[in-house]
Amino acid sequence: MSEVVPEPRQKPTVPAKPSCASISMGSQLLGYVGIDTIIEQMRKKTMKTGFDFNIMVVGQSGLGKSTLVNTLFKSQVSRKSSSWNREEKIPKTVEIKAVNHVIEEGGVKMKLTVIDTPGFGDQINNENCCDPIEKYINEQYEKFLKEEVNIARKKRIPDTRVHCCMYFISPTGHSLRPLDVEFMRHLSKVVNIIPVIAKSDTMTVEEKHDFKQRVRKELEINGIEFYPQKEFDEDMEDKAENDKIREMMPFAVVGSDKEYQVNGKRVLGRKTPWGVVEVENLNHCEFGLLRDFLIRSHLQDLKEVTHNIHYETYRAKRLNDNGGLPPVNNPDSEEQHESNL
Amino acid sequence: MVVGESGLGKSTLVNSLFLTDLYTDREIPSSEECIPQTLEIIKNAVDIEERGVKVKLTIVDTPGFGDALDNSDCWKPIAQYIDQQFEQYFRDESGLNRKNIQDNRVHCILYFISPYGHGLRPLDVEFMKAVHDKVNIVPIIAKADTLTPKEVMVMKQRIRDEIEQYGINIYQFPDCDSDEDEEFKQQDLALKNSIPFAVIGSNEMINENVARPIRGRAYPWGVAEVENKVHCDFSMLRNMLIQTHMQDLKDVTQEVHYENYRAQCIQSLTRIGTKDRSSRSKISRQSITELSLLPLAATEKLIQEKDEELRRMQEMLKMMQQQMQQSQGEQSDAL
Repeated sequence: MSEVVPEPRQKPTVPAKPSCASISMGSQLLGYVGIDTIIEQMRKKTMKTGFDFNIMVVGQSGLGKSTLVNTLFKSQVSRKSSSWNREEKIPKTVEIKAVNHVIEEGGVKMKLTVIDTPGFGDQINNENCCDPIEKYINEQYEKFLKEEVNIARKKRIPDTRVHCCMYFISPTGHSLRPLDVEFMRHLSKVVNIIPVIAKSDTMTVEEKHDFKQRVRKELEINGIEFYPQKEFDEDMEDKAENDKIREMMPFAVVGSDKEYQVNGKRVLGRKTPWGVVEVENLNHCEFGLLRDFLIRSHLQDLKEVTHNIHYETYRAKRLNDNGGLPPVNNPDSEEQHESNL
Repeated sequence: MVVGESGLGKSTLVNSLFLTDLYTDREIPSSEECIPQTLEIIKNAVDIEERGVKVKLTIVDTPGFGDALDNSDCWKPIAQYIDQQFEQYFRDESGLNRKNIQDNRVHCILYFISPYGHGLRPLDVEFMKAVHDKVNIVPIIAKADTLTPKEVMVMKQRIRDEIEQYGINIYQFPDCDSDEDEEFKQQDLALKNSIPFAVIGSNEMINENVARPIRGRAYPWGVAEVENKVHCDFSMLRNMLIQTHMQDLKDVTQEVHYENYRAQCIQSLTRIGTKDRSSRSKISRQSITELSLLPLAATEKLIQEKDEELRRMQEMLKMMQQQMQQSQGEQSDAL
């Protein structure tokens, strides 16, 4: 089974429900028992197994997707399309390219998969841009489902499902483009979408503010629920925290992998004739907020929402279509999936 | 004419170029309201006068270009508009009163290339190929404050290579005479090497933190000055468009693009009329009433148009006479 499920969500107070008047409510411990060491035990276990995280980046070419991913994870995990040669350039249809990396920090290993979507939104006719992406996401759910319903299934099912989809909004300063609305409307139902305003060093502070307001209003009008979704807030604390984050989204970011000297410090930034845009300076852009949100506070939650909600929705639909029975492992029809029977 | 996707700063640049506020109080519509399903063509005319020289400037805007999901053929309305202006001019030229022809032909298209891509997009290439034989194209890299100087250079080189690769005929600056002075030649060379121009536009004057009020964009990390040559090519574009090459743009439009159009037009006309070449030579000598008997479809059309011209002229004359009488009457009242 996936390693996500057995982990209990850590909350400071766990109020027992008053309706089930069981004996365990508020029993006093007479001495130190050592229950809290379970956290340490879990930590050791997960350190051994490691984490995996799959992030998909979607947006028109040139919006700085690869640079931003590289900046987020502070390593060269994505090959920039500006370094492609001429033949490789804008592909005629949307392609899906998944690249795996293992990054390690503080003894924790993370298998990071960055799924790039070159060709999205670059054609003259972009009506079917969303289809290859939706198909890919559903394929990953299908793979996981097949593995799950297998009789002899693996101890740890390889998780290739897309945990997070970062959608890059072009900073026009006006409003969302029809393509943006179309994409987010379709995909917010199958995957966690985090909208991001790309290359935000093109806007002044007022323009950024106005643009964000307009984008948020449009997202609301179109019924697009981006991550963190309101409906999945479990309690008041979550809601308060997530509300604060939702107020600030979409984050206006700038990415860079070059360092410059500013005031004696070396900072990541972009050097223009009129100043240096510092990536980690909160007055300049919201990269720091995005990174903290994505990696430092909600990384695990993204995976859980993907598993508990999006995947379950897909699974329920599939089982329903199949008449309540799990999909049969048919060795003739599926050429990619090896049958374990 | 300004063409480009919405949000690239076309209106701001137009305002900055001509130091006017053609687009004051512009409300930016949300994504449902705006983005018309088909491209619109909007004309804004401004009379600019500076030191006694009057210029009637017409700016043709094209909202809706490249904004829909499916942008195939979104350049067709623009190509049609350009052809229509040529046709109008052609008719006026063949008309009776040629002194007051209004020249509505498009002298120059400023094509806005998005700075976020890696050069030209498929839509850019398609558009430019559709209109490069009809009008002068001046490509511009919009919102150039997104790019660092190195990125600007890389992008310009890429765009120049792609323009050559796809065989797009953009407006070529004329070579200066060999007897011009060195400085002028240097300037000319610099100009040619700066295509496409990387521009920043701004409607706001920045007053704080600078020596004197300048047009620019204020960021937390500095002020991007619009008229500073190091920051962007805006001054170069403005000089080129208004001061040095305005007449050349008009000349090229007249001599090359219009003549191409005219040749095509006449060719298609003569193809219809080749059978009756003998009767054609009689047209100029015969009177109008006899001409109506000739069965040639093309010449009939021309004649009808001339009739309409006459009628229009007569109406205008009447109106002018009335106006004159009115003003004479007012003058006598004042006296």
